[in-house]
Amino acid sequence: MESTASLPTKSVARQRLGEWWPYLLVLAFLVLFPAIAALTIGDSTAAQPGAGFFEQLVQRAESGYAKFWQGMVIQMLILGIFAMSYDLLLGYTGILSFGHAMFFGTGGYAIAILIGRNFNWPFGLALIAVVVIALVQSLVFGVLSLRVKGVYLAMVTLAFAEMFFILAEAGDFRAYTGADDGLHGFPVPAYLSATDHRTRFYYLALIFFVAVFLMTKRLVDSPTGRVMIASRDNENRAMMIGFNTFWFKLIAFVAAGVFAALAGALFALYNVSVTPSVLSVGRTIDALAMTIIGGVGTLVGPVLGAAIIQLLGYWLERWFGANWTLVYGIIFMLIVIFLPYGIVGTLRARSFRLREGWRRWRKLGDRD
Amino acid sequence: MDDSTILETRDLRRQFGGLVAVDGVSMKVQAHTLHTIIGPNGAGKTTFFNLLSGNIRPSSGRVLFKGQDITDQPAHRRAHLGIGRSFQITNVFPNLTVLENVRLAAQAVGHDSFKFWQHHRHFQQYEARAAAIVAQVGLAAQAGLPARLLPHGGKRKLELGILLAADPDLLLLDEPTAGMAREEIPMLMEVIQSVRAAGDKTIILVEHKMDLVMNVSDRISVMHQGRLLAEGAPLEIAANKTVQAAYLGDLYGDLTGRK
Repeated sequence: MESTASLPTKSVARQRLGEWWPYLLVLAFLVLFPAIAALTIGDSTAAQPGAGFFEQLVQRAESGYAKFWQGMVIQMLILGIFAMSYDLLLGYTGILSFGHAMFFGTGGYAIAILIGRNFNWPFGLALIAVVVIALVQSLVFGVLSLRVKGVYLAMVTLAFAEMFFILAEAGDFRAYTGADDGLHGFPVPAYLSATDHRTRFYYLALIFFVAVFLMTKRLVDSPTGRVMIASRDNENRAMMIGFNTFWFKLIAFVAAGVFAALAGALFALYNVSVTPSVLSVGRTIDALAMTIIGGVGTLVGPVLGAAIIQLLGYWLERWFGANWTLVYGIIFMLIVIFLPYGIVGTLRARSFRLREGWRRWRKLGDRD
Repeated sequence: MDDSTILETRDLRRQFGGLVAVDGVSMKVQAHTLHTIIGPNGAGKTTFFNLLSGNIRPSSGRVLFKGQDITDQPAHRRAHLGIGRSFQITNVFPNLTVLENVRLAAQAVGHDSFKFWQHHRHFQQYEARAAAIVAQVGLAAQAGLPARLLPHGGKRKLELGILLAADPDLLLLDEPTAGMAREEIPMLMEVIQSVRAAGDKTIILVEHKMDLVMNVSDRISVMHQGRLLAEGAPLEIAANKTVQAAYLGDLYGDLTGRK
């Protein structure tokens, strides 16, 4: 009797741990990654003899392959934030946006312009401004585009994003945006330079990534998020039981917009450059592809998708040169055919069926 | 209007072009009873229902709920006043679990839906309420199942559960057994019966199959060609000569579902 009475409290803690340990494991790896990289693939000649262990570790982390791979992971984390924000729209709320690059690109341009020579704002203030701009932008375009649904919404968001793309490319604002050249070499604070302090930037990106992940996860698990999911599943019904789904979709749209803008700002800071391509449809398609490869509506899936696309881009380009996108396209097709719910989605549903995949594969040829 | 009347219609009329679907229906529904409306296809039952739930407006006449004139209130306002309505067409959240379907409906009546910084499990009251209702409609064993995997009868039960979760004072059930397998029907009728037995809710039921409603109804109204043909206790209706002659006589097969 006593043991059954004390069981619930114990099992709640255990249940929590049971839910969180995979995340904690990945987090531990990401936190230790610079050190691991320094010790395994770091350039040992970069370490000053006679320096302390920690100093040597930093020196090795800031050189050679260790530095390069930290850069790779930084980009994975940034694209991961972007993909998660897209999943919040597509996977959790059922909003198919073709204009998500609008927020990513605006975030990138905003930070570059504000800390650049025209404004010279302090970095912290510029970062806050990025959030405020994204809030206003996503509110305005959310209210405008959420009036329509499905494919129409996709078209409307595409049009809005193209508008920003054209604005960025326009010669009229060359003094601010650099027109089709974009902005390069704007004064990123020296303490955040990804060239000089790669590891420091790595931890900055990691902090942003973890923060966005936790906020998104809490949002989708909250009563608000549950209504988002409900409206994805059957919007009509959600309205009939008394939810005004517009507000819930707007919350998702704004949260996704702000997170995407943060990703864009980090992207600009890391590269110390922005070009109009950050606002292009291709950027949105990247997010869509990452989300689909990883698993729509799984949150961790899109992050995995971002990592896979980053790695594939690197390796395929080395192996196949300029034709790498062709191979990438084939791999993408195979994933969609054999893992229709994405990697994480399929794993969760345990619905991996080689035979079904083959059937879909064979069906491809059946169309006249 | 005396205190025990929860819903009253006064000379309710609805015309679609030249067709008078509901033709001057005056009806009183006593609180905490199960009042059934029967009648053949085209008798105007569903139109009458839509007038009660506010999905369509009457051409003339009034609808009073708890003594208050609600004729000009839209459907969602009436829902907030305590009128819950089910539809003939099954309409649930297919990919959400049975429990989540009901939990959402319970959450919809509360005031916590915009608390995006808290985990939904923090709001135990909705979960507890949902679990109780899921058990009440006989779906406890399937609580964790995605709603799309339920058989048709299960979905009808879930539909009723979603309706109950909103805790309305008046339930409008539009043919809740529509399309259900015969052997599943008694179970659903039992649930409706249990809601009636709990004694705190009023149910208006539209039904096609007369044999089903004879035992569970407190009162039966018979509609025919938009008009109220007869009203009374089930036994009175069964014994009513007018109903038998003008209605049960030639339409008996239609009413019982037997041909």
